[in-house]
Amino acid sequence: MDFAFLAQTMLTLLEALPTTLALFFLSIAIGGVLAILIVWMRVGGNPVFTAIAKGYIFVFRGSPLLIQMFLIFYGLAQFGFIRYGPLWPLLREPFVCAVLSLALCTAGYTAEIFRGGIRAVSPREIEAARSVGMSGFLLMRRVLAPIAFRHALPAYSTEIVLMMKSTALASLVTVWEVTGVAQRLISHTYRTMEVFLCAAAIYLILNFIILQALGLLEYHLSRHRRAVPAALKA
Amino acid sequence: MATLQLIGFGSTGWGALLLLGALMTLCVTAVALAIGAVFGAIVASAKLSGNLILKTLGNVYTTVFRGVPELLIIYLIYFGGSSAITSIGKSFGYEGFLGMPSFAAGALAVGIISGAYQAEVFRGAYLAVSKGELEAASAIGMHGALRFRRIIMPQVLRFAIPGMGNVWQLSLKDSALISVTGLAELMRTSQVAAGSTRQYFLFFVVGGALYLILTSLSDRVFNGAERRANRSMPSAMGQA
Repeated sequence: MDFAFLAQTMLTLLEALPTTLALFFLSIAIGGVLAILIVWMRVGGNPVFTAIAKGYIFVFRGSPLLIQMFLIFYGLAQFGFIRYGPLWPLLREPFVCAVLSLALCTAGYTAEIFRGGIRAVSPREIEAARSVGMSGFLLMRRVLAPIAFRHALPAYSTEIVLMMKSTALASLVTVWEVTGVAQRLISHTYRTMEVFLCAAAIYLILNFIILQALGLLEYHLSRHRRAVPAALKA
Repeated sequence: MATLQLIGFGSTGWGALLLLGALMTLCVTAVALAIGAVFGAIVASAKLSGNLILKTLGNVYTTVFRGVPELLIIYLIYFGGSSAITSIGKSFGYEGFLGMPSFAAGALAVGIISGAYQAEVFRGAYLAVSKGELEAASAIGMHGALRFRRIIMPQVLRFAIPGMGNVWQLSLKDSALISVTGLAELMRTSQVAAGSTRQYFLFFVVGGALYLILTSLSDRVFNGAERRANRSMPSAMGQA
């Protein structure tokens, strides 16, 4: 074991951590907003919107993320109206392409998770809210969304961890995040196993932190389900 | 028309190669799933056993292989396997680099990953077998292997079908990452076709569509299997 080399590798890889985290947070945030839009279309009752949402979910869940990423990174440049269009300065950046494809992909999965959460809201709770005069946005904000989010949180945690792992694919479209930098290090040092194991450790630690944080959030949100301490009863 | 020619089956078309790639994707996923079933069964039984050390080892396996990016695991197995083979080659007097076959490396990597997911599927399915039936089997004198073969195994398989369907879909999509080792599966073939014709958009759309066909067909197969496995169950259980 060459600890000096491992420490040096770790330091170099950690320099790429901000890029990985930026990919992760941006795609989760954009994907989340998109997912809410898709769920709204999916459950709204308008048959055209429902069909579009279903098609979207089918396409983005049914094909590998890598092919979606390559389609955006290599495929879009083929069209003149994109290549010479106003968005080209953005779309020619590998980072933007990676975030775009990660967000579009996670939106499909997240939409299904959120839909499951909404279905788990009891109709009685909605009736109760309506009976005290809540409707529309207020009903959604105070009753539907919090309960649905709480139900969806365990499945959503899994999706978030999957997203953290998916950011590694950005290395294949030349984004220098942790995996990409690991590859570059290997091409200089030829010490494949050590460098990849360091990278793997970074992802493991990140995912551990994410799962702990989400576990805390879940604990915090389920206060009403925990047993009341004996001292507070009656 | 040029487009049709490119994805067609003529001498300048990539159709046959793409279909071959799709077949390779199916093959490597099926082998990976079989490898993963072995790993999954071992890990599940380790996690279910009362032994604390085995349980911890099982937890470490599922945590590590569900927490590290698939791409890194494929790299680690491909390069790790290659350097192992190279050093074995050296001990037999062969100088130089020996690569691990990309099919074997890819199937092993995706298999190890799917094993982590399958372990959870098997564990859940085992826990779903009613305790009463196990007691009844013991009461009429069934032991160990017989009880496993007649009572546990058939029910675990039935309960595991939906979860296995999910693992299959995951592995099918993970198998696209094996393209980084150069295996000519669907992803790699689309990439080569896109690069050599400069028709990136076309070939990635066609490749993606083939993946969609594979995933939706396998969805149907698993739904059918689920129906068949539950054919003796009352439909009132929501399993009609």
